[in-house]
Amino acid sequence: MEAAIEEKTIKIKESNDVVTVRREAREYAEKLGFNLLEQTKIVTAASEIARNAIVFGGGGIARFTTIEKPDKRGLQISFIDHGPGIEDIEAAMKDGYTTGGGLGLGLGGTKRLMDEFHIRSEPGKGTSVTIVKYL
Amino acid sequence: MEHIPILKMGEYLLVSIQVDMHDQLAITLQNDLAEKIAKTGAKGVLIDISALDIVDSFIGRMLGNIASISKVLGAETVLVGMQPAVAITLVELGLSLKGMHTALNVEKGMQLLSRLTGKDQDYTSRKQ
Ligand SMILES: Nc1ncnc2c1ncn2[C@@H]1O[C@H](COP(=O)(O)OP(=O)(O)OP(=O)(O)O)[C@@H](O)[C@H]1O
Ligand SMILES: [Mg+2]
Repeated sequence: MEAAIEEKTIKIKESNDVVTVRREAREYAEKLGFNLLEQTKIVTAASEIARNAIVFGGGGIARFTTIEKPDKRGLQISFIDHGPGIEDIEAAMKDGYTTGGGLGLGLGGTKRLMDEFHIRSEPGKGTSVTIVKYL
Repeated sequence: MEHIPILKMGEYLLVSIQVDMHDQLAITLQNDLAEKIAKTGAKGVLIDISALDIVDSFIGRMLGNIASISKVLGAETVLVGMQPAVAITLVELGLSLKGMHTALNVEKGMQLLSRLTGKDQDYTSRKQ
């Protein structure tokens, strides 16, 4: 038996939508029963990936899914954009790598904050990042 | 446009971030503070982030920028009140906020500012 309940998709386009993503992430994390530290990690990670999708990917969607498996419960958030994609994912994951004058911490840092981190990107097609945290 | 209020107290500027920091607001604060330091000749800036429930790479970078810009303009910056969960997350994210002065709360932050700027704001007490 495997069920995913409560799915919600929101559009992300403007820089203010990062705040909306943070609020949704907080609400989901709280409702699922994550403690304050875990909530903070999830919200921070979501903020990073949402901003990347908006700034580099020209916007897209954020999808929140609660994971309800017999042995595992958690929160999954996927970000999908149809921007230019990432040429060299391995390089992009490295701390300090940035093409946007940032700190280059978003991707690497998010991977450290979450339990699962999946990234797929195709140049010219877009980027999707899925992050998961288990209770 | 939305602004975060900057209070002047003696030679110091005080900022308490009470709202959700969206990116533009952080940039506006950075610019407002630079202007205000230049205009008032403030020697110190105290930023209270106790109400901030996250600091991500963008907000962290802005806080670092504020400290650097202030320094160039002759003012020291002290960051106070960071929530423990925010501090842990920040370090795991990889943000060290190296070179930023921090203190546990506003009171300790003010004491630190006095020391950093070589002034005892409390004129009734003597320097040790
Ligand atoms: N959705 C995306 N579409 C296209 N390129 C991306 C996307 N996300 C990340 N990148 C690329 O990967 C690089 C690294 O991203 P990362 O989030 O780690 O750092 P940053 O955004 O540049 O800086 P920071 O997140 O520290 O503010 C970016 O500079 C950008 O070149
Ligand atoms: Mg980023």
